[in-house]
Amino acid sequence: MPELTQHCVREIDVRMRRAGTGEILLFLHGAAGLPPWTPFFERLAAHYDVLVPEHPGFGTDKHAGKIRNVADLAMYYLDFIDGLGVPVHLAGHSLGGWTAAELAVRNCSRLASLTLIAPAGVPVKGIPTGDNFIWGPEELVRNLYHDQRFADAILARSLSEEEADAMLTNRFMAAKLGWEPRWFSAALERWLHRISAPTLLIWGADDKLMPAAYAKAWEAGVPNLRSAILPECGHVPFVEKADETARLMGDFLEGGSA
Amino acid sequence: MKFAFFHLMPYRPLDFAERAKHRSAWVVLPNRLYDPKKGAEEYASYLDQLTYAEELGFDIVAVNEHHQTAYGMMPAPNLIASALIQRTKAVKIAILGRALPLTANPITIAEEFAMLDNLSKGRIITGFVRGIGTEYHATGLNPAFSHERYQEAHDLIVQAWTRPGPFPFEGEHYNFRYVNLWPRPYQDPHPPIWIPSQGSSETIKWASDPARKYPFLVTFSAADLVSRYLNMYRDSARAFGYEASGDQLGWAAPIYVAESDERAKAEAKAGIESLFNQYLHNPWEMLLPPGYMSLSSMKNTMKMRKALGTRNRDLTIDELMESGTVVVGSTQTVRNRIEQMREKTGLSIVVAMLQFGVLNDEQTKRNMELFAAEVMPKLR
Repeated sequence: MPELTQHCVREIDVRMRRAGTGEILLFLHGAAGLPPWTPFFERLAAHYDVLVPEHPGFGTDKHAGKIRNVADLAMYYLDFIDGLGVPVHLAGHSLGGWTAAELAVRNCSRLASLTLIAPAGVPVKGIPTGDNFIWGPEELVRNLYHDQRFADAILARSLSEEEADAMLTNRFMAAKLGWEPRWFSAALERWLHRISAPTLLIWGADDKLMPAAYAKAWEAGVPNLRSAILPECGHVPFVEKADETARLMGDFLEGGSA
Repeated sequence: MKFAFFHLMPYRPLDFAERAKHRSAWVVLPNRLYDPKKGAEEYASYLDQLTYAEELGFDIVAVNEHHQTAYGMMPAPNLIASALIQRTKAVKIAILGRALPLTANPITIAEEFAMLDNLSKGRIITGFVRGIGTEYHATGLNPAFSHERYQEAHDLIVQAWTRPGPFPFEGEHYNFRYVNLWPRPYQDPHPPIWIPSQGSSETIKWASDPARKYPFLVTFSAADLVSRYLNMYRDSARAFGYEASGDQLGWAAPIYVAESDERAKAEAKAGIESLFNQYLHNPWEMLLPPGYMSLSSMKNTMKMRKALGTRNRDLTIDELMESGTVVVGSTQTVRNRIEQMREKTGLSIVVAMLQFGVLNDEQTKRNMELFAAEVMPKLR
């Protein structure tokens, strides 16, 4: 696993994992915070320079005051990408997917591609998201996965005090960004046509948090989009279907078909 | 000492077997369980009780606000206050309180309180609260901004009551080109503002500030916490350079009085246990949504919970009496308990919740009468 390093953008320093060589692939994490470096990231790092930063306000509340909503977070990542100085492949999961899309409708000029994995941000009326803020701790983990063995493994682990603190901090920041309106911004859907980068959409068919039915709103709005709905998969395809998700992304990024 | 008769207006005809199938009596409890015919009778009984309290000599009658719950049928407590103005003559009417952050326009709160103050010719006491955590599930309002909105709404309402209008208000959450209240409040400079709370050092410091000196009411807490928070308030006042008066210190608790300790406990048991276990109990995700407490307070709370273990069984009336969260007993016992709290804290406001949970009308009436005849006079 690559070491955690600090990455600073306009006086906001965050923790980041980075590994691999090649074109830059910037991965924006979901509401649960900085993900562990799993085989999925290892596979991507075989071909790309993979950057997985922790969003400001996650892990520690040091910079929480500077980010009040997802639009702020998207502007922060535009600064982040400007700082890298080269075009990037941008990917995001859930809250990170929403952020990536908010960024892309504002400015696609430095995006070589966009990958959205079970993104929040665009609702479909009549199909509410799951209520992750009312679910109990076990219920939440169970509702994130189709295959309950993944949930069992997570629930069997006991958290250190530091991890429990970080989890609570992440929960606070997630609420700040996604509580109201619940996991979407009213404006985003109106501007999806501005996403000019080639876009890949990946969704678990059995996603109880962001229903896979939301894929149709993205398919209708984003001009250059291909989508893949993974059967027997919950809200975290890059964990539950790691190989499949990495293969889809690999094919897409190399210009093959998803 | 001043005595308030406080009501939550619980929905007593609740189907408790159905209630047990849901995680809470708040927000998610299907409203098909509310029968309007029975509910209307509940309102009638409760208004009678509040009106009767004036006849019995209570100084204050008090109501409060909660949303989407069988725990209390007052999402709009000012409607009840307005009815009470028409049915009473001299008693003070306290709304403890309105949940400021939940509204998109706090000027409406300033306006409604000002109207009630005029309608009652100055009998209104207001309470400013944030609502409990479940309120943020019920309204959808982001708990992360609860504290900010409370502070800003407070400033806006007090300015609306006291600054010559029209004036503009420029905030983070609230922005108004014209703030110009018609009517202005009847009381000068404005109705009293009380702060009901379960206690936090930040709130206590803020309420006790000499610029405010807001009476602080500790609600639903064990006796040692009530004492600790009220003394924290006194210490904070001393740090500001003044001595807090008893009129700034209050305690709100369920109270039941009967001829003997045994009888009081037997009669109060169902009401008390239903209040805490069926009506009030919430999973922590609902009670403490992220941001409702500061991150540091929440971290401490979580550590305490981890140390204590989570409660997965019901509380008993014995435990609640033992901790002093409820006051149940003979007239002598109840007098002593209140007297002890006065000695420990210097408080002179007691907010008595004499109907609680499923406690029926007849028992409520006897409780009120006995409390008014045998407890209040000797403590005044």
